[in-house]
Amino acid sequence: MPSSAAPSGQGAGGSSGGIPPAPAPEGVGLFSRVAARLRGRSALTASLLAGPTLVWLLLFLILPLCVILVYSLGSRGAYGDVVLGFSFDNYLKAFSPLWFPVILRSFAYAAIATLLTLLMGYPLAYFIALFGGRRKNLYLILLMLPFWTSYLIRTYSWIVILRTQGVLNTVLTSLHVVPEPLNLLNTPFSVILGLTYGFLPFMTLPLYASLERLDKSLIEASYDLGANRLWTLLKVTIPLSLPGIVAGTLLVFIPAVGDFVTPDLLGGPSTMMIGNVIQSQFLSARDWAYGSALSFSLMAILLVAIFFYVRRVGTEDLV
Amino acid sequence: MSRKPRDQRVKAKGLRVFVGFVYAFLFAPIVVLVLFSFNNSKRNAVWKGFTLKWYDALFHDTAVLQALQNSFKVAVVATIVSSIFGTLAAYALVRYRFRGSGIYNGAIYIPLVIPEIVFGVALLTFLRAVSINLSMTTVVIAHIAFTVSYIVVVVRARMVGFDRHLEEAAMDLGANELQTFLHVTLPFMLPGILAGALLAFVLSFDDFVITFFNAGVGATTLPLKVYSMVKFGVTPEINAISVFMLATTSIILLVYYKLQGAPPGATIKGAGEE
Repeated sequence: MPSSAAPSGQGAGGSSGGIPPAPAPEGVGLFSRVAARLRGRSALTASLLAGPTLVWLLLFLILPLCVILVYSLGSRGAYGDVVLGFSFDNYLKAFSPLWFPVILRSFAYAAIATLLTLLMGYPLAYFIALFGGRRKNLYLILLMLPFWTSYLIRTYSWIVILRTQGVLNTVLTSLHVVPEPLNLLNTPFSVILGLTYGFLPFMTLPLYASLERLDKSLIEASYDLGANRLWTLLKVTIPLSLPGIVAGTLLVFIPAVGDFVTPDLLGGPSTMMIGNVIQSQFLSARDWAYGSALSFSLMAILLVAIFFYVRRVGTEDLV
Repeated sequence: MSRKPRDQRVKAKGLRVFVGFVYAFLFAPIVVLVLFSFNNSKRNAVWKGFTLKWYDALFHDTAVLQALQNSFKVAVVATIVSSIFGTLAAYALVRYRFRGSGIYNGAIYIPLVIPEIVFGVALLTFLRAVSINLSMTTVVIAHIAFTVSYIVVVVRARMVGFDRHLEEAAMDLGANELQTFLHVTLPFMLPGILAGALLAFVLSFDDFVITFFNAGVGATTLPLKVYSMVKFGVTPEINAISVFMLATTSIILLVYYKLQGAPPGATIKGAGEE
């Protein structure tokens, strides 16, 4: 039985990457022969392996993004098609008096929802990280389970609760808290509630990750030195968990601004957000150029935010 | 523990109450859905007795069954393809350092952070621009595009923990490359691949926004069907469908949890999404 001590077929694999494969007997199977050919040609192997995914993403993600960029500079043709051109009119249109309120509103709703998720999520994350003990994973999975299930359905469930004949109104009217059912749907309240609900785990998870890695002895030290809990919280815990706060804020705010399901199901014409406008441009209004401009703006804001976040915190914390 | 100031221990109690409310807030809508899917009342708000008739209606509703079948088909195909592509890519990223791997790495993250509506709309525009008609196929294409990144992330996280010396040891003991791969490397990767596949399946099954913009006539998936039903009016049958979908995905997620030891996202350190 060959047990080789002598290296075979090392090739020049060391220079362009990869760990040089261990010395091995020359197999005669197809796999081994292919492996022998590829050994030392790490770049080729890597390209073959990573190729399909790359091609797929290039074709169906990168290229489409380029297409909407191009379209965003065009305009609407007579039949709803896109006439290519080079003008920033569509982007300027977004800031016109007709449309600008929508953008402002999207930012406002998203900001409020982000704040609410922070206010709810921080204590929750704090609890799981510092008081979770053996049941940490249970708490985490309870948190994550709703989150990984259908966003559409979870948003729909609020319709069941908030509608005029819904659960909340039935409870309130039967307890005579209110004389007649409240109109809760199609309001800013319902949209912000929906956003908060939908994105709460997005905020809590990074907060938890950040708090989990906190050196608990620092908090102990603070108490030992005589600080009370509020001071410790404000001056020790929160500053140390800032990366998590920033991450959570980004992870909630950005998708919330562009959310379309929540304002569509829980809101009405007076609560339209950017997502609804984009949808209508692509479906009913058929102004794909304008829709593309809005979409691309949304993407751009996102990328800028991520850029600044990565700049600040570094990429080690991303997987 | 006793060195903490007394109000620290009291805080814990207040904190627990607050946390309880937050969890109640998280689960209340789901509980409501479940309860009212068994409610013997069309009007949905007052409990009028237990019934299974909405589930019965669900399983006799041909449109819904067709949508369920479509969702399932799309999810299975998308999961298989993206599992293969994603695993290969993860392997390449972990084992090889090649020029452009940094950019490649970044490109993998784009589907994870891009707003779904932008993704959906961009793909729709592209397909229209190259005159590809919308159909089930375009839905599958879209689903592969957004699930493959999740697979790469999950499999790669798994592979990072692999000790290369095991491979060397195997080969020193006489195994060739194929045997080493099949008996040493692949078994180790498998839980990660499986977990990634489960995650991809759930994401595909539940997806609404991207599918909404890229589905052709006759390619209605279950979420799309639910959406159009909701637009028509709230009925308990929708509750039944919802509970069915929630139950299905929850079970799959629990299997994921068993495989990985933690829910999706908890294995990603720091600020990684999901």
